[in-house]
Amino acid sequence: MIQYSLRRVLLAIPVILGVLLVAFIMARAIPGDPCHSMLGERATQEVCDQFIMDRGLDKPIPIQFLFYLRDVAQGDLGVSLQFGRPVTEILGERLPLTIELSIMALTIAVIVAIPAGVLAATRRNFKFDVFTMVGANIGVSMPVFWLGLMLAFLFAIVLKDTPFSLPPSGRLSAGVLPVPIYEVYGWEIQETGIVSFILTFVSNMYILNSILTLQWDILSDSLRHLILPALALATIPMAILARMSRSSMLEVLGQDYVRTAKAKGLKQNKVVFKHAFRNALLPIVTIAGLQLGLVLSGAVLTETIFGLAGVGRTVFEGITARDYPIIQGFVLFIAVGYVAINLLVDLSYGFLDPRIRLD
Amino acid sequence: MSTVSELPVEEHDDAHVGSIGDYKSNSLWRLTLRRLFRQKSAVVGGILALILLFMAIFADVIAPYDKNQTLIGIEDVKRRQSPCIHLLGCPEDQPQHIMGIDGNVRDEFSRIVHGTRVSLFVGFFTVGIAIVVGSLLGAVAGYTGGWLDNSIMRILDVVLAFPFLILAIAIVQVLGRNLTNAMLAIAIVSIPAYARVTRASVLSVREKSYVEASRALGASNLQILRGRILPNALPPLIVIATLGIATAILETAALSFLGLGAQPPDPEWGSMLASERNQVFSAPHLVFFPGLAIMITVLAFNLLGDGLRDALDPRLAHAGVKKE
Repeated sequence: MIQYSLRRVLLAIPVILGVLLVAFIMARAIPGDPCHSMLGERATQEVCDQFIMDRGLDKPIPIQFLFYLRDVAQGDLGVSLQFGRPVTEILGERLPLTIELSIMALTIAVIVAIPAGVLAATRRNFKFDVFTMVGANIGVSMPVFWLGLMLAFLFAIVLKDTPFSLPPSGRLSAGVLPVPIYEVYGWEIQETGIVSFILTFVSNMYILNSILTLQWDILSDSLRHLILPALALATIPMAILARMSRSSMLEVLGQDYVRTAKAKGLKQNKVVFKHAFRNALLPIVTIAGLQLGLVLSGAVLTETIFGLAGVGRTVFEGITARDYPIIQGFVLFIAVGYVAINLLVDLSYGFLDPRIRLD
Repeated sequence: MSTVSELPVEEHDDAHVGSIGDYKSNSLWRLTLRRLFRQKSAVVGGILALILLFMAIFADVIAPYDKNQTLIGIEDVKRRQSPCIHLLGCPEDQPQHIMGIDGNVRDEFSRIVHGTRVSLFVGFFTVGIAIVVGSLLGAVAGYTGGWLDNSIMRILDVVLAFPFLILAIAIVQVLGRNLTNAMLAIAIVSIPAYARVTRASVLSVREKSYVEASRALGASNLQILRGRILPNALPPLIVIATLGIATAILETAALSFLGLGAQPPDPEWGSMLASERNQVFSAPHLVFFPGLAIMITVLAFNLLGDGLRDALDPRLAHAGVKKE
């Protein structure tokens, strides 16, 4: 299996290089020059020349690409033109939110969709099945940005003075400040270095940080802020997963061994969960893994609507501001994330179905 | 195991099977259509799609006002006024606006109706481009094989490695912000799906004996592709194209929502929603109706696409359909 994983990682390198090249060329193909979009329309030619030279943007594009590859290999993603800070630092600040949001969205989707799909399959053509499939069809057709706005309206205005009221935007309420994990436990951290990066990263994952440091009020506040964006983001994956779980279960339930199990007099629950469900899991897991792309696309819209500074919104703003290093760095990260998730999905096949040998 | 209904009709004209008159011919398209009509959800999708098509064609007749007509000085209405429906108790002396008035004092319903035209055009145009380019690339890749196949598919893999919307955003930025470019961007991003489906179909029939027979008869590669191979790739392409219309409408609306697609005053649902999104708490109807319109349109094509997929499912293709 280790050999298989290594081979898969090696095979992914050309695709990642391709993605990087496309992102690199595309970032430079965006009309307008970065100097004027960063320093304003009134920046003089001299200032602009200096700006372009300082950042190596005067060199031919192939040379710039080679320099970029060298830097990436050394873990340096460059300095953002917009913020004047290293891209890795910005990634460390904004990625935690997107990770928490995506995990929460995918968790909601999986918890609701898989049981609903399995139940719908076992009660085929009954009310529950019809209800679930109508819901799934509507869910998959809903624009994320509309759903987000409607949820915000419902929970922040209509249900304002009820216990169900939820905040329509932001990550935490005004005045609420989480204490980073390293401060709570009195750990000294350096300005740079991998340990400090990891600790800052964990501190920026407010939910994880508050659990690790037992700050329950922060946990409840950050969860309340993330529920609506996560719900909006979860809807389409939920609908797709429910449909996939149902059809995968239906296919397995029609197999001979399921009939045999039933004929042996086994209880319905045992047949469904022990005999059928495990065999139906493979396509469900594949589809669940593939939802990551959908979640990342959805994150651009969800983060824009709910005023969250995450990866999706940062890429969108980077593209609009022609911030080359931000676009490249974040796209590289997304591509690597994709490859990693696909690899994990493929590796999980071996655990889910011992007949599958990965070699 | 063969079932009675699978057996050739002419040879089994007896009491157990029914008379010849009970059977209809089993051409693929007729079978598909018959199966499609049996599925409630597909029929609902089809009817919705037809209604939308009707609205798009007759938008000028259906809409009570012009899409960009401001009602200042014409009627006594306020900016962002809530819907007024006489049947639901709105006073008769007030002018009826079933979806309310927008931020520029225009009739929201008229703009929604005109928006149907834009959205359906977006769906068909985008899928049209993607299907032509995608199936051509897929057919060439699958038919020729070797290095050409490899290069085409690897390039398409790179496109697939990007999240759909992020790549589309970047393409629109390169091409410039307007609806045509947004449609092109969505088309480019959708090409790999069509190429893959076509390639898979081509690979499955490339070595079939009837293709070999055509080759032996001296048919050119182009003739074989056009006459023998592509018709076999058509059913799955029709399915993903129908579902693709739904995706194209949804994604183009998302681009317009981000300010990268249609620009005001065009009555595009995504951009209509975007321009009123900050008023969602005070005038929710201006966000609700455009979103609902997008959802219904996308739902129509999703239902139709799902129905077509089930109707064209090869596992059911030989089941035989008895007249009911």
